[in-house]
Amino acid sequence: MKKYLRPGNFLIAAVLAWAGWLLFDWAVLQAVFRPDAAACHALQGNGACWGVVTEKFRVILFGRYPLDQQWRPLVALLLMFGLLGASAMPRCHGKRLFTAWGVGLLLVLLLLKGGLFGLDNVDTPRWGGLPLTLLLTLFGLGGAFPLAVLLALGRNGRLPVLRSLCTTFIEIIRGVPLVAVLFMAAFMFPLFMPKGWEFPALLRVLVGIILFAAAYMAEVIRGGLLAISRGQHEAAQALGLSYWQVQLTVVLPQTLRNVLPSLMNSAIALFKDTSLVIIVGLFELTGALGLAVDGDPKWRAFALDGYLFIAFIYWLGCFAMSRYSRALERLI
Amino acid sequence: MTKARPYLLQAAIIGAVLLALYGLASVVAAKMRALGVEPGFGFLWQRAGFDIGDRLIAFDAADTYGRAFLVGLLNTVRVALVAIVASVLLGGLVGLGQLSRNPLVAKLSEAHVEIFRNVPLLLQVLIVYVLLIGRLPLPHEAWQLGPDIWLSKSGLAIPWPVLTETGWLLDHPLLGRFTFTGGAVLTPEFMAVAVALTLYTSAYIAETVRGAVQSVPHAQSEAALAMGLSEVQTLRHVVVPQALRSMIPPLANQLLNLIKNSSLAVAVGYPDLVAVADTTLTQSGHAVECIAIIMAVYLFLSLLTAALMSAWHGRLLRQQAGGRI
Repeated sequence: MKKYLRPGNFLIAAVLAWAGWLLFDWAVLQAVFRPDAAACHALQGNGACWGVVTEKFRVILFGRYPLDQQWRPLVALLLMFGLLGASAMPRCHGKRLFTAWGVGLLLVLLLLKGGLFGLDNVDTPRWGGLPLTLLLTLFGLGGAFPLAVLLALGRNGRLPVLRSLCTTFIEIIRGVPLVAVLFMAAFMFPLFMPKGWEFPALLRVLVGIILFAAAYMAEVIRGGLLAISRGQHEAAQALGLSYWQVQLTVVLPQTLRNVLPSLMNSAIALFKDTSLVIIVGLFELTGALGLAVDGDPKWRAFALDGYLFIAFIYWLGCFAMSRYSRALERLI
Repeated sequence: MTKARPYLLQAAIIGAVLLALYGLASVVAAKMRALGVEPGFGFLWQRAGFDIGDRLIAFDAADTYGRAFLVGLLNTVRVALVAIVASVLLGGLVGLGQLSRNPLVAKLSEAHVEIFRNVPLLLQVLIVYVLLIGRLPLPHEAWQLGPDIWLSKSGLAIPWPVLTETGWLLDHPLLGRFTFTGGAVLTPEFMAVAVALTLYTSAYIAETVRGAVQSVPHAQSEAALAMGLSEVQTLRHVVVPQALRSMIPPLANQLLNLIKNSSLAVAVGYPDLVAVADTTLTQSGHAVECIAIIMAVYLFLSLLTAALMSAWHGRLLRQQAGGRI
C-alpha cells in the first residue's frame, strides 16, 4: 500500500478533488434549475443553466411535433423503450419477441403518422427529437441487418461477378463519410426518381443510413463467416442440403451468435451517427435543441447547457449498450 | 445445364446492373436538363461567386468552383493532419495510462475513454464550438497565452513564418481595430473541429493502444524487469516495439475514421471539402457531380492513408525480423 503514498499521487488527488468540486459547484450548487432566464443571465457563467432544459424540454424531446398531439410520440417512445428492455432480458427471447418487435414498430409508425383511427395526420417533416433518433436507429438496424447478411454471403460466395459487386459496394461506402451518403440521400435520390415520384426526406435519409450501416455490418458478419470451419459446410452439403439450407440452418446461426458483440458495436455507432441527419435538415435530438434555442434570444446564450444535457442522454444510451455488449460476450 | 447456370446467372446480374445504371443516368441527365443544368464537370471552370474566409491559398469570389474545391480539400487535410498528430499523442498517453499501476491515473484514463467515446462526435464539435464562441473574450480583450499568442473570439493568433525577399521572417500578429492581422489565425471553427476530433479519436486510439500492449505476453515485461530494466526502459525497449506490430492495422483504421469524420466540419461552418461541395451544389445544381467529387476525394485519401500505414507496418515487420529492434 505504501506505493500509493507518494507525493505525486497526493498532488493528482488534490487536483482531481478540486476539479471535481468546481464541476459539482457549477453543475449543482450554483446552477439554476427553474425556467427563469433572468436568473440564468445573472449567473454570468458561474453556474449551469438547466432552466433551458426545463423550459424547452418539449421541443428538445419531440422537435416540431404539434404541441397538443405530443402524447403520441411519448407513447411511441415508451413503446420503443419497452421493446428494448424486453430484448435485454434473455428470458423474453423467442419467436414472440420477434412478433412483438414487428407489431410494436408498426404501432410506433401509426402513432407518429396518424391519419387512421381518428388520429390527425402528422407529416414526417414535423417528426423530431428523441423518438426520431430511436426510430432512425431501430429501422436503420432492422433494414441494414438483412442487407448486410446478403452482402457478406455475396462477398464470400463463389460467383466472381457477385463477389466483386458486393466488394465494390462495401469498400466504396466504407471509404466515404456518412455525410456524403446523407447528401446523396438528400440531393441525389430525388433525381433518380421518375417524374411524379416523390419520397419524404425521412425515408430517403433512412435508405442512406441503411446502406451505410449495412456495409459496416457486412464486414463484421463476413469475419464471422470466415471463422466457421470448412467441415461444417462440407458436412451439411454431404447431408444433401442446398446452398440456402446450409447457410440458413448451419452457417448463419453459428456466425451470428459469434459476432453478436461486434454487431452491438455497430448498433452503438449507428445510434451516435443518427445525430448527423441534422445536416440534411431532420430535427432529431441534436437538431431539436438548435430548433429550441437558436431562434430565441432569451435562451440562445444557454445552448451549451442544452447540448450538455443531450450529450448526457446519448452517453447513457451508449454506455448502457456497451455494458450490455460486454455482459453478452461473457454469456456466449 | 447445371454447369451453365452460374454463368447465365452472372451474365444476368451484369446485364441488370448495367441496365439499372444506364436507366438512372438517363433519368438523372433528363431531370438536370429540365432544371436548366448541363450535366458534366464543365462547371468547375465557372466563376464560383462565393468567398471562403478560412483558406490556405488565395481565393475570392471571382475564382472558379474548381479552385474552391482545392481550398476545401486543403482545409480538410489541414484539420485532419493536426487532429491526427494530437490524437495519436493523447491516445497513446491515455492508453498507457489505462494500464498504469497507479489507480488514480488508470481510473482517470478510463473515464476519458468512456466519456469521449460515448458521445456523438457532432455533439462534441458543437459543444466545443459553443464553448469557444460563448466564453472567449472579444479581440481587444484577448487572453495572452504566450509571447505573441492571443486567444479571443476571433480565434488563436500565432506568429507564422513568411517568405520575403530577405528570406524567412516571423510574422507577428497585431491587434487591429476589430481583429488580429498578420501572423496566422486559427479560427474558432477550425479549433472546434480539431479539438473535438482529437478528443473523440483519442478515446478509440487509447483502446487500441491498451489492447496492443495487453497482447504482449506478461512474461516479457517480467523478464525485462528481472534483468534490472526500469519500468520506463521496459516499456520503451520491450513492450512498445512488440505492441506496435499489432497496433498499426487498427490504428490505421482509426486514422481513416478521423479523416472521414473531419467532414462534420460542415456543421459549424468550417470550409472543408464537404462544406464547399454543399455550397456549390445548392448554388449550381450539380448535385451528382459534387457528391461524386466528395466520394472520389475521400476514397483517394482513404487509400493513400491505408497505403502509407501498411508500408510503415511492412517496414517495421522487416526491421524487427532483421533483429534491429
